[in-house]
Amino acid sequence: MESLNIFVKSIFIDNMIFAYFLGMCSYLAVSKTVKTAVGLGAAVIFVLGITVPINYLLENYVLKEGALQWVDPSLASVDLSFLSFIMFIAVIASMVQLVEMIVEKFAPALYGALGIFLPLIAVNCSILGGALFMQERQYTSIGDATVFGLGSGVGWFLAIVAIAAIREKIRYSNVPAPLRGLGITFIITGLMGIGFMAFMGIEL
Amino acid sequence: MKALENLLDKIKPSFEKGGKFEKFYPVYDALETFAFVPDHTTSKGAHIRDAIDLKRTMFMVIVAMVPALLFGIYNTGYQHFTALGMDASFGEMVGFGLWKVLPLIIVSYGVGLGVEFIFCIIKGHAINEGFLVSGMLIPLIMPMDIPLWMVAVATAFAVLIGKEVFGGTGMNIVNVALTARAFLFFAYPTKMSGNKVWVNTDGGTAVDGYTGETLLSQAIEQGAAFTDITGKLYGSIDDSFMASFLGFIPGSIGETSTLAILIGAVILLATGIASWRIILSGLIGGAVMGLIFNFIGPAYFPDNLYLQVPWWHQLVMGGFMFGVVFMATDPVTAAQTERGKIIYGFLIGLLAILIRVVNPAYPEGIMMAILFMNVMAPTIDHYVVQANINKRLKRLKTA
Repeated sequence: MESLNIFVKSIFIDNMIFAYFLGMCSYLAVSKTVKTAVGLGAAVIFVLGITVPINYLLENYVLKEGALQWVDPSLASVDLSFLSFIMFIAVIASMVQLVEMIVEKFAPALYGALGIFLPLIAVNCSILGGALFMQERQYTSIGDATVFGLGSGVGWFLAIVAIAAIREKIRYSNVPAPLRGLGITFIITGLMGIGFMAFMGIEL
Repeated sequence: MKALENLLDKIKPSFEKGGKFEKFYPVYDALETFAFVPDHTTSKGAHIRDAIDLKRTMFMVIVAMVPALLFGIYNTGYQHFTALGMDASFGEMVGFGLWKVLPLIIVSYGVGLGVEFIFCIIKGHAINEGFLVSGMLIPLIMPMDIPLWMVAVATAFAVLIGKEVFGGTGMNIVNVALTARAFLFFAYPTKMSGNKVWVNTDGGTAVDGYTGETLLSQAIEQGAAFTDITGKLYGSIDDSFMASFLGFIPGSIGETSTLAILIGAVILLATGIASWRIILSGLIGGAVMGLIFNFIGPAYFPDNLYLQVPWWHQLVMGGFMFGVVFMATDPVTAAQTERGKIIYGFLIGLLAILIRVVNPAYPEGIMMAILFMNVMAPTIDHYVVQANINKRLKRLKTA
């Protein structure tokens, strides 16, 4: 029940895009067609679903104050949390490398369509954000952390697919010239944020 | 009629190319085509012969809203005098209602059409009639005591950000009237929710027991034990159902009477303007969610009385019916595919009841449910179309 709670919460209520506005760069840039949006969204789910639990292990068995106790009791006072940014990013970067290789091998067309944004998942704010939220919210088990990572990824996926569908729909709209492209996308994102506010305030 | 036609014909040259008021041609065009069937023909694209055009469609929706509007005007007066414990004749109630509701309608139309006219003159395209419906919807979903300037600000915001930046009528992605309401709801929550805004009690002291609560906020504390406006408990659940079905309850102006809304729904369905798929699946969605709550409520959450409100009572409370009939069916922002419409409507009903019961931040869920599904509608369409393509591809392969 608790995991389901975290899952639903991280998709709708604490949505990475509409609640925290994380990962906006690729959200805005790769949302021109639904197909590429789905590809990038799936990649983000995958990366978040893997890096959050790995970072959870790192956090709890290496970085946190007293986390190294399992090596030797004399290390109980060691606090390595100042290293957490660099460690998290290292894990994320290596995972993204892995995803890149998988995508290139099995979906070359998608690889071409995603272009530079695939390697850039490494610096996608929502991925590091996921790891840092995990650290901040102090999930009690690796299961919860995994569910949180997957949920955040699904939330991001939902957001980018929805905006891609909207952008496909308004392609032939008579948008005022200065607003075409990114301008209207920002406005759509705002309106979508209002839509997603439907879930804000729900306490599960 | 003839005199008007002559007048319009007479002033026409000064609006046409080279005339004195060339810039204001869209305004003239709007007036002319509103009053008379224009002799324009489509200049490009597909040609379809049909007696109905955008203006008649929009007008039909307004006709469908008239029962709800008339009842809303009467109910505004009725609630006012009942809360004060005064006897008033039918005429006085309607008079009070008109005094409260008419300014809202005038402001909404004035501001909205003003923004629209300015945009059309700058961009030089014909004025579309989309706002005729939104301009009527906006006052109907406001509490009757809302300050007029707020209505003006919200209308301007909705028309600008909700519609004109996307290129005007037919291009918007979220419902314009709901954008206006959501804007006010988040910007000025004290004027849009709570117990003070639904009934006007100026000019007297309210009767003992008066709270001004809507049924929705009562349901949070006391479940299905509803009281009427004077604080008296309804005799039975059937009585409160009847009162909310007929509409003698506090609420936004147009939303209270399910009966009046159903009359509107019949008009919309008979003329083929609204999609029966959306309305029907919306009602089913709401009923299903209500049934689920009825089912799990007593067993798992005995403390939460809201869950025990019978599902059929959920459907007549608050703005559920109004939203499903008039706003979910907006042909621009709804899903476009037939199967998509069923999914879209069903999820609106489901989410509306879910948000209403589960989310303490919103007393009513239909507004947010429709806005959320407006956002998701293109995604639904995309996947419905994609599923169809895949099905046909498969058929091609097996053949």
